[in-house]
Amino acid sequence: MTTTQEPARAEPSAWTPLFLAWLVALLATAGALFLGEVMGKTPCVLCWYQRIAMFPLVAILGVGLLASDNQSARYAAPLAWAGWAIALYHCLIFWGIVSEALAPCSQGVSCADADVQVAGIVPIPLLSLVAFSAILALLWFANRKGKT
Amino acid sequence: MNKKWLVISTAAAVVVAFVAGAALLRERSTQEVVQAAQTNNDAFVRPHSPVFGNPAAKVTIVEFFDPSCEACRAFYPTVKGIVNASFGQVRLVVRYAALHKGSDRAVKIIEGARPQGKYWEVVEKVLADQPRWADHGNPQPELIWDTIKDLGLDVEKAKSAAGSPEVEQVLRQDTADMKALKVTATPGFFVNGTPLRDFGAEQLKALVAQEIKKQKAP
Repeated sequence: MTTTQEPARAEPSAWTPLFLAWLVALLATAGALFLGEVMGKTPCVLCWYQRIAMFPLVAILGVGLLASDNQSARYAAPLAWAGWAIALYHCLIFWGIVSEALAPCSQGVSCADADVQVAGIVPIPLLSLVAFSAILALLWFANRKGKT
Repeated sequence: MNKKWLVISTAAAVVVAFVAGAALLRERSTQEVVQAAQTNNDAFVRPHSPVFGNPAAKVTIVEFFDPSCEACRAFYPTVKGIVNASFGQVRLVVRYAALHKGSDRAVKIIEGARPQGKYWEVVEKVLADQPRWADHGNPQPELIWDTIKDLGLDVEKAKSAAGSPEVEQVLRQDTADMKALKVTATPGFFVNGTPLRDFGAEQLKALVAQEIKKQKAP
């Protein structure tokens, strides 16, 4: 799949983790849009903040892949961290560890609503947390590979 | 080069999967709506439902209507135009779908004024004044009384009618029928029991024309 005749500045070893990180972001973006636009689930405020962190990752990492530029891992990291933190907070609210009164969702769709589940089992904030965690791990991996 | 193609084809595959999934889901929900319409044949028109146009018309447009819905307001002239241009072949039946905050109260006010006649005048005034009373964040349906005061209604009588159990029952029945027919957005149209799935004025006109044709050539 990867016969490597790339220019010198592209480190092939970092490309694969960056591709996987991009793939996770792409699937998460498509999934979020599908839930919102096709299945008609209105995103709550915290969902929107996570979307703000997730959607640009597709573009940033995607351009990095097309240009074989490993630096994209650096540019992506702050967004991934921000999204991860919001996803964690959202999970804590969903599981009732943090009270919703503290959350900025008093109006509109509740962030703790049982409706934020896929197929009635998996909470969407947990999916988001897993996705951001995977992206962070892959970015870290790519960074390490890129240095050596 | 290979890698670039991998990125591009992966993105394309995800887009294709998204579109295919959306089409599949839409097809399935269309089937559900069509089936709900077939099994709940009695839920379209109730004896209390307001009728616009020739009551004996062969083609019936059922509109699930929310007084605070902007799209209902925008559609009103179109629907009225279809009925008026049909030479008595088409009638409109209004059902309430109080999906917004404050809509239930607006429906009760409209229904409260209805026994005094002038139903359509009231509806038109309420729609014309919608931007004032139907702010979705802060709806003020009580402003409707001020809106319709020039129509020469006995407002006190209408106010007490608006709080009556009969009006409450109208709203309850319409809400139950709305749920049975799986109406989730307004305006929700059915023409002789066929749901308008592809929303739009032209699509509605086409569906009505199709039903008129069917009635002429049985």
